[in-house]
Amino acid sequence: MEIKWYIFLSAALFCIGIIGALTRRNAIIVFMCIELMLNSVNLLLVAFSKMHMSGIAAKAPALATDAQLFVFFIMVVAAAEVSVGLAIIVMMYRNTHSVDINFLNRLKN
Amino acid sequence: MTNTFDLIYLIPLLPLIGFLINGLARNVLSKSLVSIIGSGAILISFVLSVLVFFNVRQEGFVPQVISYFDFINVGKIKVDFAFQIDQLSSLFLLIITGVGFLIHVYSTSYMKEETVPHFARYFSYLNLFVFSMLLLVMGANYVIMFIGWEGVGLCSYLLIGYWFKNTAYNNAAKKAFIMNRIGDLGFLLGIFWMINAFGSVSFHELFNHQNGIINSISAINSPTLVGITILLFVGAIGKSAQIPLYTWLPDAMAGPTPVSALIHAATMVTAGIYMIARSNLMYTLAPTTMMVVAIIGLTTAIFAATIALKQNDIKKVLAYSTVSQLGYMFLGLGVGAYTGAVFHVMTHAFFKALLFLGAGSVIHAMGGEQDIRKMGGLSKHMKITYITFFIGCIAIAGIPPFSGFFSKDEILAGAFAENPVLYAVGLGGALLTAFYMFRLLAMTFMGKFRGMEEQLHHVHESPSAITIPLIILAFLSIVGGLFGIPEFLMSGGHRLAEFLDPVFSNSNAILAKHTIPHQTEWLLTGVSIILILIVSFWAWKKYKNYQTETTEETGFAKVLQNKWYVDELYDAIIVRPLRSLSVFLNNVIERSGIDALVNSVGRGVNFGSRQIRLLQNGQVGAYILMMVIGTIVLFIIQIFVK
Repeated sequence: MEIKWYIFLSAALFCIGIIGALTRRNAIIVFMCIELMLNSVNLLLVAFSKMHMSGIAAKAPALATDAQLFVFFIMVVAAAEVSVGLAIIVMMYRNTHSVDINFLNRLKN
Repeated sequence: MTNTFDLIYLIPLLPLIGFLINGLARNVLSKSLVSIIGSGAILISFVLSVLVFFNVRQEGFVPQVISYFDFINVGKIKVDFAFQIDQLSSLFLLIITGVGFLIHVYSTSYMKEETVPHFARYFSYLNLFVFSMLLLVMGANYVIMFIGWEGVGLCSYLLIGYWFKNTAYNNAAKKAFIMNRIGDLGFLLGIFWMINAFGSVSFHELFNHQNGIINSISAINSPTLVGITILLFVGAIGKSAQIPLYTWLPDAMAGPTPVSALIHAATMVTAGIYMIARSNLMYTLAPTTMMVVAIIGLTTAIFAATIALKQNDIKKVLAYSTVSQLGYMFLGLGVGAYTGAVFHVMTHAFFKALLFLGAGSVIHAMGGEQDIRKMGGLSKHMKITYITFFIGCIAIAGIPPFSGFFSKDEILAGAFAENPVLYAVGLGGALLTAFYMFRLLAMTFMGKFRGMEEQLHHVHESPSAITIPLIILAFLSIVGGLFGIPEFLMSGGHRLAEFLDPVFSNSNAILAKHTIPHQTEWLLTGVSIILILIVSFWAWKKYKNYQTETTEETGFAKVLQNKWYVDELYDAIIVRPLRSLSVFLNNVIERSGIDALVNSVGRGVNFGSRQIRLLQNGQVGAYILMMVIGTIVLFIIQIFVK
């Protein structure tokens, strides 16, 4: 399969993520959109890794999996971030009984 | 012998120390202590100067350059802080410290009515002045000379404005300072040009007899030399009060009278003559400049003398007389009679200091009155002042055998050798001098007293601290001329010319000396003496029984009384246009130009920030939107701009 389909897919996912993050006011949905963007990038990383490294996989197997390892790093960091983010949202809900991010403009003025 | 030269740094240092002590401790010291410190410093300097002088007079003396430290050492320019002692500077040292000491002594009595801090301030300024003046004449290069040159200008400013509560005096001080600055700029540019052209400002490197830089120039009237000498002369014009920058000197009479005697008659104003005499070789090689110097000197001599004819302020008459005599000195320099000019500096220092101090004594006795129309008949009350003033008058008028005769005659002889027209005009100026001096003398001391009754009771002879300097200066005014008896009267009589010969010999060798036959010289001298005597008697007779005139002066006399309206002229052609230009610049360029620009920058930032502030709206979504837009913009730049 050509690389361009992967690119289209991840670009589409990324745009969905962005539009979601921009337009929705529910904090959890915004959060999910951010995850979507992260994972679209992961997808792209894996696809490019597969494309560039398939030739040299026989000669240098260690190199071939570098980019894919990178994806794991992102997933781990994202998992950590999710736990923090969800904790914030929980605290927010406890205080305001709402997960509307427009409540979070208290620092203004 | 070398010991003396090891100590010469003390000559300027002592007045500096005196300045510091009197200036810093002015609230602590008593008046007598201030007097002792102030005068004592100058006295020791004077003694050292005398020692130096005798060493310089010895056979086989070569000019000494004593270097103390590197003053400026940048690239190829190297300026030492060095003193040079030769015949010319040792002579000036004697004049400055000698006359300076007498005037310090005089001041202890003249200024005694001041309060203690002001008394000390006066003496500290006076000491600072002497220090600067010594620096000026001792400096071994033009830069050190310039330091002294500026220093004396500063002291002159401070002392003219000594009574700083009087606005008119302050204005006079400012006028003097500004006029001097105009000249100083010329001097400074001259120095810069000199560094550029010759790479050195040291007198020794420029003028020494073996391998001086100027000596090796054979071209007469090269543009560089003419330019440099003209610029230096501009400096001299400012400092020595020549046309067109002379108007500050008469106004400088606002200062205390001893200051007028020391700074504005005997020493500072002769700095210009010293500087040109020091640079004589350059001037000799630039005949064009010499001509300019001679013409300006002569014009000033006549011009100021005519003004002096109609002045009624005793100090103003003397001030214009000083301007006129300085003009004579420049005439002497301009015609190549360098010795004559320096000689006239010396004799002028004696008799003009004497006249000013005498005038101070009169003003003191009259309780501050300076108008000679309100004086008269003072000879009965002030014998010593009268006699010494009389001697001063004879000396300045040029009646033999008093000092002024010899020096003025030498300058006029030099002028005759150059061009008889110069001589004739110069002699005319000398006659004017005789006239106004005897007018002054007669109006002040002869006839009936014209002042108020209580002033007459107050009139008394001044104390000895005032009369003793007068007597000494009178003695010097009598004998001062005998150092320079012209050749035709006594062969080998011109001791001063012999003494100064090493300084001027290079120039004298270049100048084609027209020697005047002795018969002609006898004739010229005879004619001038007879004319001067006639004019003196005429003035004496005319003003002996002067009665207060109530009529206004008319016609030409009015023009003279108003000093040819020069101040008004300067006001009209320089001050007022300059002021309107400043007003224009202030209103248009400053207010609506620069101010508007600066203000609009501020206003623009203010306005812009108010707009941009709207972006910070606290909506998280909006921030993300901005971030996305930013990313997209960067992305587009990445793609298209390459």
